[in-house]
Amino acid sequence: MGRKAPGFAAVAAFLLSVGACGGGITPTTQTDVGITSNSILLGTTNALSGAAAAYGTIANAENAYFTHVNNNQGGVNGRKITFKILDDGYNPAQTVPLTKQLVEQDQVFAMFSGLGTQTQTSVREYLNSKKVPQLFVATGATTWGKDFNSNQWTLSWQPPYQGEARIYAKDVLANHPNASIGVLYQNDDYGQDYLKGLTDGLGDKASTMIKDKESYDVTAANPFAQLTKLKGAGVDTVFLFSTPKPTIQSLAFITAGLHWEPTIYLNSVSNPQVYMGLAAKSGAALKNVTSVGYIKDPTDPQWAGDEGMKLYKQVIANCSTCNVNDGFNIYGVAVAYTMVDVIKQAGSNLTRANIMKIASSQLNESNPFLLPGIKVTTTSSDHFPIMQEQVITWAGTGWKLQGSLIDERGTIK
Amino acid sequence: MNRIRTAPPRYWLVALTLVFFLGFPTVISSFLASEWTQALILAIAIMGLNILVGYSGQLSLGHGAFMALGAYVSAILAHRYKMDYLVTVPIAAVFTGGVGFLFGIPALRLSPLYLALATFALAVVTPSLIKRPAGLTGGVQGILVLQPDPPDFAREAFAFVTGTAMTSDQWIYYITLLLAVVLFWLAWNLVRHRPGRAMRAIRDGEVAAAASGVNVAGYKTLAFGISAFYGGTAGSLFALSTGFISPDTFPVSLSIQLLVGAVVGGLASIPGPLLGAIFAFFLPIGSNQWVPSQTWLPDQITSTVKNAGPAVSYGVVLILIMMFAPNGIVGLLRSGYVILNRRLRGASDPKTGQMPPDPQTV
Amino acid sequence: MQEFLQLVVSGIATGGIFASLALALVLIYNAMGLVNFAQGEMAMLATFVAYSLVNRGMSFWIAFPVTLVLAFGGGIVIQRVVIKPAERAPVLTLVIITLGLATLVNGLAGFIWGYVPRSFPSPFSPDSVDLAGVFISYRDLGVIAVSGLVLLCVYLLLQHTTVGLTLRAAAHHPEASRLLGVQVSWMLALGWGLASAVGAVSGMMVAPILLLEPNMMQTIIIYAFAAAVLGGIESPLGAVVGGLIVGVTVNLAGSYIPGVGGDLQLAVGLGIIVAVLILRPNGLFGRAAVRRV
Repeated sequence: MGRKAPGFAAVAAFLLSVGACGGGITPTTQTDVGITSNSILLGTTNALSGAAAAYGTIANAENAYFTHVNNNQGGVNGRKITFKILDDGYNPAQTVPLTKQLVEQDQVFAMFSGLGTQTQTSVREYLNSKKVPQLFVATGATTWGKDFNSNQWTLSWQPPYQGEARIYAKDVLANHPNASIGVLYQNDDYGQDYLKGLTDGLGDKASTMIKDKESYDVTAANPFAQLTKLKGAGVDTVFLFSTPKPTIQSLAFITAGLHWEPTIYLNSVSNPQVYMGLAAKSGAALKNVTSVGYIKDPTDPQWAGDEGMKLYKQVIANCSTCNVNDGFNIYGVAVAYTMVDVIKQAGSNLTRANIMKIASSQLNESNPFLLPGIKVTTTSSDHFPIMQEQVITWAGTGWKLQGSLIDERGTIK
Repeated sequence: MNRIRTAPPRYWLVALTLVFFLGFPTVISSFLASEWTQALILAIAIMGLNILVGYSGQLSLGHGAFMALGAYVSAILAHRYKMDYLVTVPIAAVFTGGVGFLFGIPALRLSPLYLALATFALAVVTPSLIKRPAGLTGGVQGILVLQPDPPDFAREAFAFVTGTAMTSDQWIYYITLLLAVVLFWLAWNLVRHRPGRAMRAIRDGEVAAAASGVNVAGYKTLAFGISAFYGGTAGSLFALSTGFISPDTFPVSLSIQLLVGAVVGGLASIPGPLLGAIFAFFLPIGSNQWVPSQTWLPDQITSTVKNAGPAVSYGVVLILIMMFAPNGIVGLLRSGYVILNRRLRGASDPKTGQMPPDPQTV
Repeated sequence: MQEFLQLVVSGIATGGIFASLALALVLIYNAMGLVNFAQGEMAMLATFVAYSLVNRGMSFWIAFPVTLVLAFGGGIVIQRVVIKPAERAPVLTLVIITLGLATLVNGLAGFIWGYVPRSFPSPFSPDSVDLAGVFISYRDLGVIAVSGLVLLCVYLLLQHTTVGLTLRAAAHHPEASRLLGVQVSWMLALGWGLASAVGAVSGMMVAPILLLEPNMMQTIIIYAFAAAVLGGIESPLGAVVGGLIVGVTVNLAGSYIPGVGGDLQLAVGLGIIVAVLILRPNGLFGRAAVRRV
């Protein structure tokens, strides 16, 4: 992307000067609802309140990136991005009226980075029938990429949970072929998708290797009973497919509460260093812990001098409520970067259809906030933008990248 | 003429309200109509809760569970068995009513507080109960509910009045309005007649009611059944108007929202549930949007309110309303009316304008 | 067998968390016949205050009592500002006010401190004691021990002091108390202050285990409510025993009833408790209610 930027800046400058010259010449631009000569309106629903409010900061971080683009680059092709954020409290019944409001009343050009699988599924049919882009939904469910052909106005961004779990499967088969596996998973699409990916990835060995599966509900006070069961089942390798809080509790309980030292795999949502630090403070030994990453961790010292990280810190200063160390914030900035990239590429043909065409089949982006080498890519036959991740292991004070990027593209059908 | 003048003001209010709700969608956008549909649906559910809590004196913190049941019965019938959705609404209502009736039997043995716990527990575990039979309920994938196109007669009538084509959302609004009117009318009849009197007698003193020959157990379970019937109808319509249901559509907060609506509107009254539903639906949506959109307020205030998030504004407004209208909006209006009436007539009414313990209608 | 014992022990440990908050619920109920749904959020807020104090360099042992005093004062202020104006309103109106308060406090904490979990200092080691292969952590033991201590204090206060007597009298017979010159309204405020302080103890004890963030108590309040009700809602001892029973029941229900599994442990656990209540309509420690005409 870096290479292209000057070109677009020139185009933008040209368009601006055309505008400044005062009107006689109108460039042949095609536009759509939500676009004016100097603005683009995007909308989102996120959980700003309620039990999932920890995710709400993602929307604010995205807004911080748009503000950055508006202030430092004069917007995208001369159009400033306005981002309307509404709170659905992670409740699908709220997502529907709020999305209708954004589309029908506020007249947004596109929905961007709506949070949650059930919430975004609840409006997928509606947005597709209205032909409104539902871009880069913030969920790793497989359905977004897999069912693209029946929902061509919907696209996700982050690596699907199943793809990630397949990487763990590969790693286990390579490094612990005789492992006896126990899985702790959250009883929703998130946990179930991870479990499916792991099972598929292990192939015919799944039935012999996976000794025990324990699920917990989001209403549980803690997952201690489940972990006790896993220990009782005699497993030596534990997979934690859980959200940050239960993961931290589990890591601590395994060491301090059960005096147990299994090999641990934990999912990427829960691996930011902030959380690992919390687990260590709560008594976790954090030995033999493996995860995968695709995004740069703001607290990781290895990125201290990194250009992308510097940009992130500059961007996030635009958001007064954002915690710079929160891994969700760099996620928001990174996905907003892709969104701006798509709008830039659309150039003068700023229609909903063209935006969808670029996002779903012509992406080829190096995102400065992702691990080096990762490409955000879509083609006419593949609609999972990010499919590369790298195995990381915990080295006492930080994550260490292992081996090279693993590409799971094409494995999920 | 004389008759009209002496007609109680409540009939005028009812007529005005009806005209308002009939004509409203012809002047507002389809989107706003869909929002008012949801408010009306909540009004039906809250009316059910009102019959249980306000009239029969049994507390339920878990009415969202009955809505979930009604919604899933309808959605499964329509989705798997390809039934016409509108046919499934009464089936869902009756089925949920039956389940509610059965639920009311063990509830008889529970003191008010235990009943609160039991119903609250039901609300808390509803999402995880829905997830289990994934083959039937679709699990976390949820069920998509297709919204019906308006039939020709409605389409033509609507086009005649407004000159624009009727959308599905507007059609669902009128279906909901029709059912709401019928159910409110039924509730009004119920509370004015024998069952209503029996329920109120039980609420005000079980032993005394039993001594006067009221079948306490029968009416208490009946109240549960009726209440669940309303909840099931509302749930079924809820699925239709949102177009999609999944376990997270029915969180604990939905049950809380219903209770808040019932109390804010005014318990043991007929217009209460309607007012409460409008409040309970629009406050969470509007609490974070209204202040930041006011340009006359200083930037500092708007940005603080925006950053503080919707929970803060919602909490503040809810507390304030309950402080100033402890008997709900209807209680407030009623005492206001009494005071106004006294002023106008110049009569010195010794009464304080306090809400009477058991008013039936406006 | 070892697994069973471990499940029981970790159930007791988790139950201690429920019990500590249930004690605060019982106090409020004794003071004014109301279940305070904001109790968990108030405890969370107090814990954040303690966190801020410790973060500014105050020693934990000083921050702890300071927070208790602040929480006590805060409880009284909340009662004066929010509850008192609606004192004569129906109980359900007050319940709705506490629900509004819960939402408000939760949002406020999120606004001030954000939603990233934080670790909270604990005087107890995170490590656990090994009882013949069954483990219980010092922190869990700490929660149970401190809950026991709070229980003792509450019991002594309610049963053996004039303040406690006045408090109960004001709650049960407000008119008679008023005639005897008791400042009923201030007694209610005192009850709120005490409950708030007890909640603060709970928050500070469980935060190291649950991690401090605005939603820390959101699920705990459900269990605490069940615990308090199971124990008969008016009995502090009942609340503690109720908490332990809830903790153990939920753990065992998820593990040993065929076909239940961890995802339904709460559903089945609560189902069992409700079934017990149907069979024992006065709770485990409640007195038989007298039906009055």
